[in-house]
Amino acid sequence: MPESGKRRKLTRGEMLVIAAPYAWIALFFLAPFALIVKISLSQPAQTRPPYEPVLDLANGVAGLFEKLSQFGLGAYRGLAEDNLYLDSYLSSLTIAGVATLICLIVAYPFALAIARAPRRLRPILIGFAVAPFWTSFLIRVYAWIALLKDEGLINHALMALGLIDAPLPMFATSGAVVVGIVYSYLPFMLLPLYAAIEGQDASLREAAADLGATPLQVFLHVTLPLSRRGIVAGALLVFIPAVGEFVIPDLLGGSDTLMIGRTLWNDFFANRDWPAASAAAVALLALLLFPILLYERAQLREDAR
Amino acid sequence: MTDAPLLSIKGASKRFGAVTALEDVSLEVGGGEFFALLGPSGCGKTTLMRLVAGFETLDSGRVEIAGADMSGAPPHRRPVNLMFQSYALFPHLSVFENIAFGLRRQGAGKTEIAARVAELLQIVRLEGVETRRPDQLSGGQRQRVALARALAPRPRLLLLDEPLGALDRQLREETQFQIKEIQRRLKTSFVVVTHDQDEALVMADRIAVMRAGRIEQIGAPAEVYERPATRFVASFIGQMNFLEGHMESGAFVGPFGRLPAGDDGLEDGAKAVLAIRPERLAIAPASEAAEGLRGVIEDVAFRGETTHFRLRLSGGETLRVSRGADGGRSFSIGDAARVSFPPSAARLFASE
Repeated sequence: MPESGKRRKLTRGEMLVIAAPYAWIALFFLAPFALIVKISLSQPAQTRPPYEPVLDLANGVAGLFEKLSQFGLGAYRGLAEDNLYLDSYLSSLTIAGVATLICLIVAYPFALAIARAPRRLRPILIGFAVAPFWTSFLIRVYAWIALLKDEGLINHALMALGLIDAPLPMFATSGAVVVGIVYSYLPFMLLPLYAAIEGQDASLREAAADLGATPLQVFLHVTLPLSRRGIVAGALLVFIPAVGEFVIPDLLGGSDTLMIGRTLWNDFFANRDWPAASAAAVALLALLLFPILLYERAQLREDAR
Repeated sequence: MTDAPLLSIKGASKRFGAVTALEDVSLEVGGGEFFALLGPSGCGKTTLMRLVAGFETLDSGRVEIAGADMSGAPPHRRPVNLMFQSYALFPHLSVFENIAFGLRRQGAGKTEIAARVAELLQIVRLEGVETRRPDQLSGGQRQRVALARALAPRPRLLLLDEPLGALDRQLREETQFQIKEIQRRLKTSFVVVTHDQDEALVMADRIAVMRAGRIEQIGAPAEVYERPATRFVASFIGQMNFLEGHMESGAFVGPFGRLPAGDDGLEDGAKAVLAIRPERLAIAPASEAAEGLRGVIEDVAFRGETTHFRLRLSGGETLRVSRGADGGRSFSIGDAARVSFPPSAARLFASE
């Protein structure tokens, strides 16, 4: 059989290697997600579990079909009609967007400095930057309460210095949530940026300087555009989990800080409206899938070149 | 050459830790001159070039360009451009933008940039690729873009770091002549760094031969070839035969006998080395020649334009002899032969 191009049949072993991660994803991601989709199509009920219909074969196959007809898009309709969800989505996107931008602004000089440090110091500096993240995420976010609250460290210091008379209301605000997200997700921005800057050929910067570019112009015309992939990767790694973040808004946010993760939690545990919460989760995934697909497409295009 | 040298390096020294990269190097390059820095890898030629471009600082000494002291001047303020060995083309920019990079930094206008880029692409004979990215070009095309980019801002001095190193053999010879032609046309001073003696001999007006951070000799190609100043230069450039011996009342004496020697300032009894080019040796059958060093042909290599013989002298030394296609008797392995040469064709060096 003539072989066309580089394509060839996979051996049994290769197929097995490729199949293993897909099986993992199917079992631990797709199967639970299918359950969530199913619940999102159900109706809330005062039962255990708190939705209908529950699929079983108690009434035979005919009963199963009868139950299937009870599925509907009611939860999604509710999602569209309830302003709380729309507001939560928009507020989540805004907070995550602002936090991502600040992460980028904070992490870039860091990454640049580490990438320009002597070669043998670089792993140590990266280690220092990532070291705090070996402790519990929850504890670290909790520590911010002690820093931000009215009687907290920051207000205390500012008042002692005579810079302010009354404590600044920082704790339990959207700003506190942004601070928490920036703090928690910084390494996810730092590492791809560092990799993108560190991998650049130093002779490109020399060539730019040789052609008359000042250090600032070298940065703007060479270093920055060549780190674009790192910026995109870091932004997605921060933005996507930040949108669905629950712990940080719950600990640092105020009662008026709307984020979709919190709204979901309320519906699930406080209101016991599982179909509505599931529908919101499915909608969130659809919302986040879009930027991920965009990124993947950009990656593919880049690799093809 | 004009009166004031375009580039003047005085007593330049540079160390990297315990390694001496340059040791008291001085040289001058004139306006419109094609200068070559030639030497084996690690001889300091690249360091010297990077010093001129501003990427390294001197430990001691001075670099002057067009009479202006360059110490403390960063690369972007020097009237010098460098063509990198790796070309260092900006991968995110088109060919047009790569060439326009230096012009934009000079604040040139849109129409001026377009005209200059078109002019340069014509000079390097590479039209119609303006919109391509560097990774869509062949090695030879990238080399031309790099040359065009470095020439675009009209530097007083162009530095070329192994400009032909990444090209295959055939393209290399063709490009040598092209670069030389471009240099003649633009009258810009070129300083090329190379480890390839052919490149230096073909392209340069003058060559500085470097070794271990020092300059061994500066001269025109013919001068460096015909009258090498040191044994290193003699062995580095071209093919060379060396015979060991010592001086004895104005003659060079070795196991092969006595040879008349010119005035090379060597004292009686001093150990010395005689250097003679294979093509300066005249070879004749031993039965027909009375004069010259006697030996036996050990190997014959026919190379078209020339034929090379390897001759083993009675003292055990071997000599390479080359002869043009035009003449004389042919020899086969095992033939006895004599070689002779005029004393002026040989150089004597003190033994190291």
